[in-house]
Amino acid sequence: MILTDKDHKDSFRNVWALAEVLSGEIQPVTHELIGAARALADARGSEVWAAVLGEGTASQAEELIAYGADKVVVVDEAALRGFSDELECGIVEGLIRKYKPEILLGAATARGRALMPRIAVKSVCGLTADCTELGIDPQNGDLLQTRPAFGGNILATIRSSNHRPQLATVRPRVMKALPKDASRKGEVIRERIEAGDAGKIKQILEIFQDKESVVNLGHAQIIVSGGRGVKGPQGFELLRGFAAKIGAAVGASRAAIDSGWISYSHQIGQTGQTVQAKVYIACGISGQIQHLVGMQSSDLIIAIDKNPDTPMMQLADIAIVGDLFEVIPEIIREIDKV
Amino acid sequence: MKIVVCIKQVPASNDARIDPETKRIVREGMKAILNPFDTYAIEEGVQLRGQFGGEVIALSMGPEKAAHSLREAISLGADRAILLSDRAFGGSDTWATSYALAKAIEKIGDVDLVICGKQAVDGDTAQVGPGIAAHLDWPQATYVLKVEEASREGIRVRRMNENGYDVCQMGYPAVLTVLKDINRPPVLTLKGALAALKVDIPVWKPQDIDADPAKIGLDPSPTRVVKTSPPPPRNTVTKVIQGAPADCARELVKDLRTRGIL
Ligand SMILES: Cc1cc2nc3c(=O)[nH]c(=O)nc-3n(C[C@H](O)[C@H](O)[C@H](O)COP(=O)(O)OP(=O)(O)OC[C@H]3O[C@@H](n4cnc5c(N)ncnc54)[C@H](O)[C@@H]3O)c2cc1C
Ligand SMILES: Nc1ncnc2c1ncn2[C@@H]1O[C@H](COP(=O)(O)O)[C@@H](O)[C@H]1O
Repeated sequence: MILTDKDHKDSFRNVWALAEVLSGEIQPVTHELIGAARALADARGSEVWAAVLGEGTASQAEELIAYGADKVVVVDEAALRGFSDELECGIVEGLIRKYKPEILLGAATARGRALMPRIAVKSVCGLTADCTELGIDPQNGDLLQTRPAFGGNILATIRSSNHRPQLATVRPRVMKALPKDASRKGEVIRERIEAGDAGKIKQILEIFQDKESVVNLGHAQIIVSGGRGVKGPQGFELLRGFAAKIGAAVGASRAAIDSGWISYSHQIGQTGQTVQAKVYIACGISGQIQHLVGMQSSDLIIAIDKNPDTPMMQLADIAIVGDLFEVIPEIIREIDKV
Repeated sequence: MKIVVCIKQVPASNDARIDPETKRIVREGMKAILNPFDTYAIEEGVQLRGQFGGEVIALSMGPEKAAHSLREAISLGADRAILLSDRAFGGSDTWATSYALAKAIEKIGDVDLVICGKQAVDGDTAQVGPGIAAHLDWPQATYVLKVEEASREGIRVRRMNENGYDVCQMGYPAVLTVLKDINRPPVLTLKGALAALKVDIPVWKPQDIDADPAKIGLDPSPTRVVKTSPPPPRNTVTKVIQGAPADCARELVKDLRTRGIL
């Protein structure tokens, strides 16, 4: 809501993380949100609260304390089986009115990106999407939210001084979760809701788990990724073979996806997934900024390209100058030797 | 069925120029295109009109030249278009933009369905669609990859998520944001483009949509860009490997074994 004066501003306290729940399961990105919230709360001298909405989540709530939450508010109701934007938004609005958080973080996922803007409008507050960095202004305590804009060509820092709470979404794999600490103490608070006629607004008819078509690059330790230089679907077969050999997942640049060589679920970058792999092997990817923003926080970056001067080759820890169609089969052969 | 499709004109390239004062993107003097994701929204509207009759109205908020993108929407099948343009709208963030668009949708009246693209490629926020739904207090379905069935009573859609997808049913009025997978927009024809040139596009000001001046434009927007900077460079010393492919491969594999990766 719009702040009226300083006292009003001070009446908002604590940093909240809205748990990402899919099919009744709290998703790992929630731990990352709590990790980010922890740092902000420490800077503000306040607490971390997690809000969990979903059927069957009550039993999973306790675990969030081990990841850094001080309090966990759980709304575990049958009406929350599927994802009803309108109902969940209403619940979070109610929680905001009741508990007055200063900051609310959500995941920049399909669910978070649907829910958070609805909450922001209803609660009259600002929302910054896809933040890559969050900090506290030491002068006035405002949340400083940094996000890539214009395809990653600039970083914009955004604040919302006159409204509370301050809302932000963060992509999976951008913030770091704290190590799980089972000795941490906290409190779980159970909230009940009147679902009313929410079911009339929207009915969730079916839920499909389609893990096949969902490529979970976020959890891959090693990623072999291909771009326009891979030249076609056969080129991606070569990459798949390479990836299988070293236990890697396959990623791609948008150019490869737009050419129809591999499906969108493999896309890495600004309009695809963000990854933080141990090893990222870019094959025939020039490394335009929109791609880099999705992978540059990987630990070790290896690039294979004919052209030594591309941004990716400059960025890489190891840059192999050569034709990927010649180099990759040689690498596979070399690995097979031992 | 009365369908409003919200479209945005976006810069054609990502060479961003930022106004040092407002910290907002300078849209003047930039080559602009119709937001690519919005062509799918237009096509979905056109297909639903094919099924039920009615009209597809393209709506955009932006500078006067955004009318070009509205004409493109007409050549892609929209029946008519409305532009919200006024200095007072300038600098609106997603909250204020979705407010203005919602007010315009109310003004249009009797709208059954609003369709937006998944996101605009300049800001990449994906916030305006759900924002409109919230201002209107209508139900929403985002990341829609398929309309399973539409009838006069309601619409059943498939929504994508990270685990797969779900199917939900809503009555009208409602808001959808659609993914690229939903349809294949037609290729623009010269004939369509020429016909669209003749269409008159009304320009609406804040007073035309009864917009509260305290809710539009830069000042009332809850978010404010306070700083822009280039992305930080990654500090690495690159080890370059070149020569015969077999030699490169040997050196790489040796390196990866030393690091314990292989
Ligand atoms: C709003 C917006 C969002 C975007 N989002 C994304 C995103 O999420 N992800 C993304 O990836 N892109 C994104 N892009 C696109 C991005 O700008 C680039 O166009 C894209 O990343 C380029 O892909 P590429 O590197 O595969 O192709 P290119 O730039 O064409 O690079 C191909 C490389 O392959 C090399 N090569 C060719 N043949 C061989 C060979 N035989 N052996 C070895 N090397 C070879 C070439 O030297 C070149 O360096 C976005 C763009 C916009 C405008
Ligand atoms: N200024 C605008 N005028 C009309 N529609 C818009 C505008 N901004 C955003 N939209 C719509 O909202 C969608 C999401 O945009 P964004 O929230 O900016 O990523 C776009 O695909 C458009 O359908």
